[in-house]
Amino acid sequence: MSGEPLIDLKAVTRTYLTGAATVHALINVTLTIAPGELVAIMGPSGSGKSTLLNVLGCLDQPTSGSYRFEGREVATLTRAERAALRLSAFGFVFQGFQLIARTDALDNVELPLVYADVPGPERRTRAMDALARVGLVGREHHTPAQLSGGQQQRVAIARALVNRPRLILADEPTGALDTRTSIEVLGLLQSLNHGGITVVVVTHEPDIALYASRRLVVRDGRVISDDRQRAHDAAADLQALPQKAA
Amino acid sequence: MSALGSIVPLAFGALRRNRMRSSLTSLGVIIGVGALIVTVSSGEGSKAVLQAQLATLGTNLLIILPGSSTSGGARGGPGSGKPLTHADLLDLVAGVSAARYSAPVDRTTTQVVIDNQNWLTTVYGSTPEFFAIRDWTLARGRFFTSGEADSGAKVCLLGQTVATQLFGNGDPLGQVVRVKIMPCEVVGVLGGKGQSSQGQDQDDLVVMPWVTFKSRMMSQDRVHVGSILISALSPDEVSHAQSQAMGVLRQAHRLSDKELDDFTVRNLADLAATQEQAADTQTGMLRNVAAVSLLVGGIGIMNIMLVSVTERTREIGIRLAIGASENRVLLQFLVEAIVLSAAGGLVGIALGLGGSLALSAINHWPFIVSPGWVLMAFGLSMGIGVVFGFYPARKAARMNPIDALRFE
Repeated sequence: MSGEPLIDLKAVTRTYLTGAATVHALINVTLTIAPGELVAIMGPSGSGKSTLLNVLGCLDQPTSGSYRFEGREVATLTRAERAALRLSAFGFVFQGFQLIARTDALDNVELPLVYADVPGPERRTRAMDALARVGLVGREHHTPAQLSGGQQQRVAIARALVNRPRLILADEPTGALDTRTSIEVLGLLQSLNHGGITVVVVTHEPDIALYASRRLVVRDGRVISDDRQRAHDAAADLQALPQKAA
Repeated sequence: MSALGSIVPLAFGALRRNRMRSSLTSLGVIIGVGALIVTVSSGEGSKAVLQAQLATLGTNLLIILPGSSTSGGARGGPGSGKPLTHADLLDLVAGVSAARYSAPVDRTTTQVVIDNQNWLTTVYGSTPEFFAIRDWTLARGRFFTSGEADSGAKVCLLGQTVATQLFGNGDPLGQVVRVKIMPCEVVGVLGGKGQSSQGQDQDDLVVMPWVTFKSRMMSQDRVHVGSILISALSPDEVSHAQSQAMGVLRQAHRLSDKELDDFTVRNLADLAATQEQAADTQTGMLRNVAAVSLLVGGIGIMNIMLVSVTERTREIGIRLAIGASENRVLLQFLVEAIVLSAAGGLVGIALGLGGSLALSAINHWPFIVSPGWVLMAFGLSMGIGVVFGFYPARKAARMNPIDALRFE
């Protein structure tokens, strides 16, 4: 590995105070992720994997320790600075899709560009391109309720990539999807990764982690294993799957 | 600001998704602004009517009445004490330099008869100055002259009501009517004045020379005068004329410094001011009620915005997570509140103008709406959106995105 890491965590700890109890969600996590990696974070529920993803995505802040993103210390940024960083550098994909209801696919995808003050016509073009890249041409004006789960997650991925992020963070992106659709979504993330975007996926499904080139296991707030692996090719697996009954 | 360009349509979209709720929320502001416009406009309208009515009483008018007597602690009304005299009138004419006209007025209620028609009315005895002081116009014929006044000619003028009652559509000029027992030639018909501010018909009268009145209606008493009217040179001279008249009468009645006035000088401008003040107080009170309902409307908006913020917690979480700044989220909800209340304001203004127009038609007063008030009402409704939208908007902006995304 050469060059500067995209993500550099040093001794990151995150504790919550819930009533009288103190929950240690992350304990002394040290981790680097290089640009271009596709990392799967695995672990049982309550292991701290979602907290790790939230810290990486600057949705949450470490209680102690250092987080450098592209060499810049971001653990101590203000709320507004973190919002600006999320807007310019990160794309998020969530388990529950988290699209805005009763708002069509195009408007959902345009949202990050609205907050980035991209002018209207350019916004529209870029959102259309992003929807085309996830294979949703012709569905631009469907609302989330009119789309299937897989389609909704693809809208969410289009929204995550529309502001040209360096890092896409996906929290259980296949949690609500069937096997075939799950592999389709992973195929999309793989193709974005081949396009140069670093991808971090949180999942509790070992099948999903197979498509990553690196596999972290988190348990009780600590990273207990960190393995590199040969990633499965989602496109090839999809070919091998029996076709849906037409 | 390019942000607003995208936020305003966003706000309209959010409100359109909840049409019924949005319109019900705006209702408070609609009613408040509507009520405000109606009260202000009808206040102005009724004030204009009041002023027009007071103007019919005469301009710059002073009324001098005899004083009241006090016996055993019980005070009689005006006229129960020392009466005014014709000599007083002459003193006033000579001594009040701020007066343009002075006239004696005596009156009595009596029957006026012609042929088989008769009518009970008030008969006034005065001089030609009376017509100038009270701003009477002529519908037809002429006023009586100073010569006729001095010689006690048997002539009279009829008010509109009396003319109609006795002659219908016929011509009263030159006809001889019998007033009480005296035959009297009609030389003119007065122009109409309509109702006074107290609701009396001002056109129900007959006017004849004071000398004629005193010698024919009363038992030859040409000394005492019922009341004296004075018209000041200008509105600014009214109080000057008042103090001059009081000085003249105190001297004429030989009152020492310790004695109270045995007469009353009534200033009609004061009366007008009192009535206007009463009207203003009433309008002010109604305006306060309207303001309170506007306040209640604002609280309604805050309530619904709080509900909306809670309902849309996940949406807010999404917006914050993908990088919306706190200010953008704050602005979004603030603009929604402002759009709600400003839309309510516009509808309220329209309803208020319609209501004012209807009221002015029903009450026959002028439709007066000052653009300043309309603008102020609109500004007020926007202001209510800002004030009552701020707290819910801030609540939305301050949410923690992680918690907001997990909200069910």
